[in-house]
Amino acid sequence: MTIELPTTVPLQAYLALAAILFCTGVWGLINSRNAVRVLMSIELMLNAVNINLMAFSSYLDGQLIRGQVFAIFVITVAAAEAAVGLAILLSLYRNRETVDMERFNLLRW
Amino acid sequence: MTIASSTQFICFVVLSAVVAIGALGVVLLPSIVYSAFLLGGVFLSVAGLYLLLNASFVAAAQILVYVGAVNVLILFAIMLVNKKEDLAAIPGLAVRRLLSGAVCGGLFVLLLRVAFTTPWALPGPTPIGEEATIRIGEHLFSDYLLPFELASVLLLMAMIGAIVLARRDVYSSDVVTGEPADQGLIEKSRTPLLLEKTN
Repeated sequence: MTIELPTTVPLQAYLALAAILFCTGVWGLINSRNAVRVLMSIELMLNAVNINLMAFSSYLDGQLIRGQVFAIFVITVAAAEAAVGLAILLSLYRNRETVDMERFNLLRW
Repeated sequence: MTIASSTQFICFVVLSAVVAIGALGVVLLPSIVYSAFLLGGVFLSVAGLYLLLNASFVAAAQILVYVGAVNVLILFAIMLVNKKEDLAAIPGLAVRRLLSGAVCGGLFVLLLRVAFTTPWALPGPTPIGEEATIRIGEHLFSDYLLPFELASVLLLMAMIGAIVLARRDVYSSDVVTGEPADQGLIEKSRTPLLLEKTN
């Protein structure tokens, strides 16, 4: 008895994987106490969007791969965001001596 | 069914399992260092998915930028701020986690429904495959030239901003008079300014 595998990976499989990754990132973004983990969750969400862009560009836009160009721009912006975010985190840590998100409440009320 | 397509399917299943479980590990593991290394694994698996989608240039960019730069930057940040601290308990933390989990699950169901009910225009045009890198280059230097140049400006701004934000303003001599600075003031500038009053 052989297991019948699908002949190609459907587009919906990539979209479902991106949805899993995005929702995991959102949950981590809301629930993380550590500020570094918040930044990591943001990177997960950006990667989910990139997977979507790449899947659409391969399945629906195979000739003019505009999704791949967009993904490259997203990667660029993500690198800039990570650099500035970690610099802000270092500056916060220097002033507050903690990375607990619950204690970064200077502008809260 | 050819061997190549079944291999592709098995690769997709393995890579997506690594991505999903690794992402859960990044979010849920108590040790932040393990999370950072798992994040590198997730980035590598996503690069493998890009290879499955015939996008070798973006896969290389993903490995270079994400694994080589962003992940290493995160590891350096962890090394700089990783102090053992006991997090104060928050009332209603379990309720908050459950609520946000429900919201994220709802969002996931919504996204799945959109993905599976939308009539995608499949099959699209035949993918150009290995010509993708050439086509990306043509795009970047013709119709996406302005975003490409703006991205360089953005990177320069981010670099300068990160340096300005992360640097410590301690001068060894007075800027105006040139006299050596008061060491007591330097020591005082090392103490945190914004500590909470409750501590």
